Amino acid sequence: MAPLLDVESLAVTLPGPRGPLPILHDVSLTVDEGELVGIAGESGCGKSITAQTLLGLLPAGARASGTARFAGTDLLGLDDRGWQRIRGAGIAMVFQDPTAALHPMLTVGRQLTEHMRVHLRMDRRSATRRAVELLDQVRIPDPERALRAYPHQFSGGMRQRAAIAIALAARPRLLIADEPTTALDVTVQAGILALLDRLRAETGLAVAFITHDLGVLSALTTRGYVFYAGRVVETGPTGALLTAPTHPYTAALLGARPHGTHAVGTLRPIPGGPPAPGEAPPGCPFQPRCRYAEPTCGTTPPPLAPAGADRSVACVVRPHLEEAAR
Amino acid sequence: MSTAHGGEPGAVTTTAPGRRSAHPLLAFLAKRLAITAGLLLGVTVVTFGLVNVVPGDPVTANLSDQALNDPATVAAFREKWGLDQPLWQQYLHYLGNLFRGDLGISQQTGRAVLDDLVRYVPATMELAIPTMVLALLIGTGIGMLAAVRNGRLTDQLVRVGALLGLSTPPFWLSLVVLYVFFYQLGLAPSGGRLSTGFSPPPTVTGMYTVDAALAGQWDVAWDAAQHLTLPVLVLTSLTVALLVRFVRSAMLEVLQQDYIRAAYAKGLPTRVVLRRHLLRAGLVPVVTVSGLAFASLLSGTVLVESIFGWPGVGQYAYRSATALDLPAILGVSLFVALVYTLVNLTVDLLYGLIDPRIRLS
Repeated sequence: MAPLLDVESLAVTLPGPRGPLPILHDVSLTVDEGELVGIAGESGCGKSITAQTLLGLLPAGARASGTARFAGTDLLGLDDRGWQRIRGAGIAMVFQDPTAALHPMLTVGRQLTEHMRVHLRMDRRSATRRAVELLDQVRIPDPERALRAYPHQFSGGMRQRAAIAIALAARPRLLIADEPTTALDVTVQAGILALLDRLRAETGLAVAFITHDLGVLSALTTRGYVFYAGRVVETGPTGALLTAPTHPYTAALLGARPHGTHAVGTLRPIPGGPPAPGEAPPGCPFQPRCRYAEPTCGTTPPPLAPAGADRSVACVVRPHLEEAAR
Repeated sequence: MSTAHGGEPGAVTTTAPGRRSAHPLLAFLAKRLAITAGLLLGVTVVTFGLVNVVPGDPVTANLSDQALNDPATVAAFREKWGLDQPLWQQYLHYLGNLFRGDLGISQQTGRAVLDDLVRYVPATMELAIPTMVLALLIGTGIGMLAAVRNGRLTDQLVRVGALLGLSTPPFWLSLVVLYVFFYQLGLAPSGGRLSTGFSPPPTVTGMYTVDAALAGQWDVAWDAAQHLTLPVLVLTSLTVALLVRFVRSAMLEVLQQDYIRAAYAKGLPTRVVLRRHLLRAGLVPVVTVSGLAFASLLSGTVLVESIFGWPGVGQYAYRSATALDLPAILGVSLFVALVYTLVNLTVDLLYGLIDPRIRLS
């Protein structure tokens, strides 16, 4: 069966002062129906631009090439009306900052029902009934009252939950969630994740989690993509990525996050910073920061090549990382 | 709980803790009206002072050369208008009359200033209200269009147009409009409020179109409306030019917001995003400018009123000022101050209506 989302060789450029700036290079990824997929990387690595491309919300002047197929539809060839059908009902998005993503002057109820009425052709009453159910499912107390409230009357956590309810309202098949649970306390977070998992099992909802925290991936997702400087540098089953990384960047990312009870002692920052768009070195983009770089790394960007079962890695050196990561 | 003060004991307990004072909106309005009263008092002081320090003498401004040579006439004039008294006495006298609703008698028209205002203000309102409605509709529409097409040809044309509109002198535009629509095309009358042969409808609001319609005099209403077209056309173009720039920049800022992207991400049709999400948020700054523009229109537009022979506040103010007609100047100043404070109050109330975050709590 064809995957629900199939992105192949996606490249995106943004307009810059001196010509187009390449932001994404040759990104390929798939998400199956009912699959939870993680997309990880530092800020500015192209995760969010990927999400914007999949919703047709790139800034003016941006150019996307390659292919992106969603449920048989070629996304990059869509016109405005085509996008309107996909957005919300096909692919929905939970934005990173719920406070900024909720309209401050419209009630939560209005923001929760307006796209239901467009996509699901519901009348006001049944949309309101579904809205109450959704708010209840994301554990917002007193849903009827919450519908009449404005976002500023909610706490930060409630806004985030409302944003998740809004994204789920028009029954999307793929949910792109940009750091969706970071502001929530642990019990609510667990509730949201349980809700998403139930929707996945019952309706085949697919979720793409965008995160900078690899720990989130291990708890939630079955497969993961690691982004660096606008490229996918490693992909594979989440468990394998986290326990046995094959790309030095993945390993460094794991080393740079606290683990175990001796967090302070084991925190290892990655030297340097990711290259700015348009300033990437000619070869492997991670090469300037890589402990294992060899002379060949500086010539051409390494292609994503198979590395064991269901795994691919964009590294020509492939050092033995088990020992190095310790 | 003591019931010594009488009343039902139960009534006390049903009152929620924070609700001892009156409705917050009423409290707000009371406070604002008190401020307005203080402001108006200040306006009388300043205007009174200013008119008396400007070089110029109401006597020489109002009497003919021949009358000026007659000391008896001059003295009589001074006595009649209280100009022989010390300034502070003149002021207190004026203030006392003001509290009784007496704004004094205009030296120019010989009528009570209040009667003059009642006569001239509706004429100006008849220009200001349709101008503001049209300018808001057109200005918001064009400004939004320019913002949505930011940087493209439409936007460039709108910006150039607005700049041209802003730098066009009103009297020049009035003359061009007169030349084209009256002289060349004969589509509209040249000036005044009614054609000869028509008499004003019975006064209700003082606005001829409204009063004629109320009286069922449709031919008069139609004639009055025709007389409105050219001055309203001129004033609308100038106001639109002013509004478009504000609307455009306000909308551009809103377009950058995440919640607009989120609205698109929900799959809402573009017109819904623009009308419901963009317009609502972009209106707040627009309301401020529109309020100022409306207040300025209501205060009268000297040049446009003069060219179109429109007997409005602007002309009245102009003639009073040149004649150093103190009661009339004070009356107009009070009216203008009142207009600005009331418009500002309305703007503040509109803010709360548009943005729940600034709603009075």
